Amino acid sequence: MLLGIQAGAVGALAWRMRDLQIRQNEHFSLLAEENRVNLRLIPPPRGIITDRAGRLLAGNRQNYRIAIVREQAGDVEAVLDRLGRIVAIPPDRRERALKEMASRSAFVPVVVVEHLTWDDIVRVSANAPILPGVIPEVGLSRTYPDGHATAHVVGYVGPVSESDLAERENPDPLLQIPRFEIGKTGVEAAAEEELRGEAGTLRIEVSAAGRVMRELGRVEGTPGRDLELTLDLALQSYAMRRMAGQSASAVVMDVRTGDIVAMASAPGFDPNSFVFGIRSPEWNALLNNEYRPLSHKSVTGTYPPGSTFKMTMALAALEAGVVSPGDGVGCAGYTWLGNRRFHCWKRGGHGRVELRRSLSQSCDCYYYEMGRRLGPDRISAMAHKLGLGVAHELPLPGVSDGNMPDAAWKEAKRGEKWTTGDSFNYGIGQGFTLASPLQLAVYVARIASGVALKPRLLRKVAGVEVPVEAAPALDIDPPHLERVRDGMYAVSNEGTAYRSRIVDPTMVMAGKTGTSQVRIITAAERAAGVTSNEQLPWNRRDHALFVAYAPYDSPRYAIALIVEHGGGGSAAAAPIARDILLYALCNGLPPLEAYPAEQRQAIEEQRAAEPPASETGAVTVPARDRA
Amino acid sequence: MTLFDALARGVPRGPAKLLAIDWALILLLCGVGAAGFLMLYSVAGGSLEPWAGAQMLRFAAGLVIMIAVGMIDIRFWRAMAPLAYAVSLVLLVAVDFMGVIGMGAQRWIDLGIVQVQPSEMMKVALVMALAAYYAWLDPGRVSRPFWVILPLLLILMPVALVLEQPDLGTAILLLAGGGAVMFLAGVSLWYFAFAFASGAGLVALVLASHGKPWQLIKEYQFQRIFTFLDPASDPLGAGYHITQAKIAMGSGGLAGRGYMQGTQSRLNFLPEKHTDFIFTTLAEEFGYVGTTMLLVLYALIILLLILSAISNRDRFGALLTGGIAMTFFLLFAVNMAMVMGIMPVVGVPLPLVSYGGSAMLVLLGAFGLVQSAHVHRPRGGD
Repeated sequence: MLLGIQAGAVGALAWRMRDLQIRQNEHFSLLAEENRVNLRLIPPPRGIITDRAGRLLAGNRQNYRIAIVREQAGDVEAVLDRLGRIVAIPPDRRERALKEMASRSAFVPVVVVEHLTWDDIVRVSANAPILPGVIPEVGLSRTYPDGHATAHVVGYVGPVSESDLAERENPDPLLQIPRFEIGKTGVEAAAEEELRGEAGTLRIEVSAAGRVMRELGRVEGTPGRDLELTLDLALQSYAMRRMAGQSASAVVMDVRTGDIVAMASAPGFDPNSFVFGIRSPEWNALLNNEYRPLSHKSVTGTYPPGSTFKMTMALAALEAGVVSPGDGVGCAGYTWLGNRRFHCWKRGGHGRVELRRSLSQSCDCYYYEMGRRLGPDRISAMAHKLGLGVAHELPLPGVSDGNMPDAAWKEAKRGEKWTTGDSFNYGIGQGFTLASPLQLAVYVARIASGVALKPRLLRKVAGVEVPVEAAPALDIDPPHLERVRDGMYAVSNEGTAYRSRIVDPTMVMAGKTGTSQVRIITAAERAAGVTSNEQLPWNRRDHALFVAYAPYDSPRYAIALIVEHGGGGSAAAAPIARDILLYALCNGLPPLEAYPAEQRQAIEEQRAAEPPASETGAVTVPARDRA
Repeated sequence: MTLFDALARGVPRGPAKLLAIDWALILLLCGVGAAGFLMLYSVAGGSLEPWAGAQMLRFAAGLVIMIAVGMIDIRFWRAMAPLAYAVSLVLLVAVDFMGVIGMGAQRWIDLGIVQVQPSEMMKVALVMALAAYYAWLDPGRVSRPFWVILPLLLILMPVALVLEQPDLGTAILLLAGGGAVMFLAGVSLWYFAFAFASGAGLVALVLASHGKPWQLIKEYQFQRIFTFLDPASDPLGAGYHITQAKIAMGSGGLAGRGYMQGTQSRLNFLPEKHTDFIFTTLAEEFGYVGTTMLLVLYALIILLLILSAISNRDRFGALLTGGIAMTFFLLFAVNMAMVMGIMPVVGVPLPLVSYGGSAMLVLLGAFGLVQSAHVHRPRGGD
């Protein structure tokens, strides 16, 4: 009987063995293979970004770093002490490395310091005998050679964060690599998919503890695609220098193609700081600066366009037939609406004003009247036609659509009826209106060219030209456009921007000044006399705007420029815009002959006093340690 | 009477005893031992160090001990039985006070030269003591309640002591080995039925004690039982061993992955790969063919022992052989069932294959007793 039980048990064991080894063999073989083989991703080199002349805006740099393998180091503290005498190890990095080493297997290399120089690596290698377990490594890291000038457009990369992963539907497995860099802002973020490339894979055999035993196979990845932007780095840098010390933004557009050749927001900042891992003093300095250096004002900043909006009004009025170019409108310095007075900027009034003078003298009363005649819907339609109130498609995050409202908008937003007073404010580009520098540049370029230009920032992707679509003609009667261009000519050569004219007959400029209020002038203030901007705190002063194109007879470049709280457009914005426009036209600093004779000496002095090309007014914290 | 007659009809004497030894059994034991060397060499990554070489030396020493024990008259061993039992019991008590802690349990005692595991010795001593008891007892009385009490005490005292260590695997082996001797001695089946019933009751009681202040076994033993019931519940924790063992065995297939080609053992996915789980490496590298061959070797050993027991008219020798056969059977059956996931992981090594000197020396010593019973069995018709 005992024999029977034992025979039965042996039989059961053999049967179970058969079940495991023969019947389920395939299943378990697969599991054993899964146990054994690990896939590691090989990060692809990120695509580089250049300007239109091939100058490097964002590149990849060898990132020399030093890692320590705990099991080889033995006494980690002692090795770190010795290493610290050769290269600087900030205390917080040391602490972090020690913590990471404690939480990981003994054979995993833990990075202690990175972004070292080649000399550092050489010195560490030379001391290898007293530094057991210390491995110099090299990886790729992002670098921005002219970061200060292009930080807002190009953006920067940083290590993948939890929220980056959370907001992606199906994240690329590459993003799981510790410290993998992805675009955080600007083109780096918007064109992330293009730039990233595809991961290569490394098949390795690992032990149960995760130790790599050997390499089984390797498939190289695809590098990211290189991008060539339409920007001109020299012009961009010049614009940044010219706006240094201000909170300002300038967008320069090629009127023939829509190419954005400069898109500058001042002050700038150093995007390389973010790649290194920004330190809190610098971060706080950037965050608390009232000039908002981190803000990409060119596309995300929106401002009331003020008088630069008046071309929209003129075109809308001409197209609607509510005025003809010769019709006069009386200006007494104010217009009554019921018992409320709307003031012209000129206290004494302009007298009888027709279209050309309404632009050149920027008469507010004329445009109050146009606002009354047109009503919001026709103004809004013309604004949209000219590229205002629309978010232009660019490979940038947060491109603003501004605001060019109609009656329905106010009804929906405020639950109130549109009033004639709203139309008055609309007429001078105040009230609810908002436009970004980018939109204003597109707007001027469309007036100058007569076609519905679209802005373009990407010139080539992986060496292949991004096609420029032929822009359709604007649905505006050409003589009307001609009248408005003539008005803009008058602004620059006879009117409010006369001081900022270009005298070289081949580069004559046509523009429009604008001064937009950020506060409401009370009756009491007005009675006490107009308060000058200089007496106000900075952030209550008016924004200074200027839009222009040149040359007048065959337009090449359009510019929109805003100096936040800069005061009057003619004084604060127009001279800077002229300099940038001339720089674009001359492909460098223009000859003094382009300027009016009486200004040449001042210009020469201004150039001499200008900061050197390397100084771009970026906000930085000096004497930082970046290890 | 010629010498030949004496050899044929009576117990051999002198060097002639060597010829009377069951050489077939030794051959089979060597076969199993060789399987062990092979696997220990493999799990060390193709090296005699640190296991295979030491195991070979101990196996050789064990063989010498076996033959030496086999040469000594079985009556001597019968006389020694009470002493062996008493010494083992004292040592078991001693480990509770001076035992070396190993793997969380007090099992070893240091005798200066060697460390021994008294619970190993007790496996053999218990069988000896019970066999001696029933050889002494009138077969007509074996089922009388009074005469059942003493063997029950003999079994339960060491069981209680090893449970205290705690060593669930050995406790089960002692219970089953002792029970087998009682069964072979002819104790009424009703006692076994009763024992099974109360055993089931005890299991229920143990399970019920979980989490209570009077918890009867250690938390890790509970965990082993729970993960046995549902290994998938915790694939990287307590169920890891069973899951990885199954993967290793299952991936072996019919012919195995080749000697020293088992990725599961080579890459350390297998736990305790040189001791309790060595069978999984064998299964991985030699497949179903290899595992079946080892199983057949074991089965043949059991068959030889049982046949020897049945044919032996000396009651002590027969009971001793039967009891050792049962203990040996339980060792490999429980180990295999354990690594295959049929039984909870209770920490029983694979006999003669798993690395471990104390267990192997004791086991080969026990086979020496079997040899002694075989050599000195009564012969002829008187």
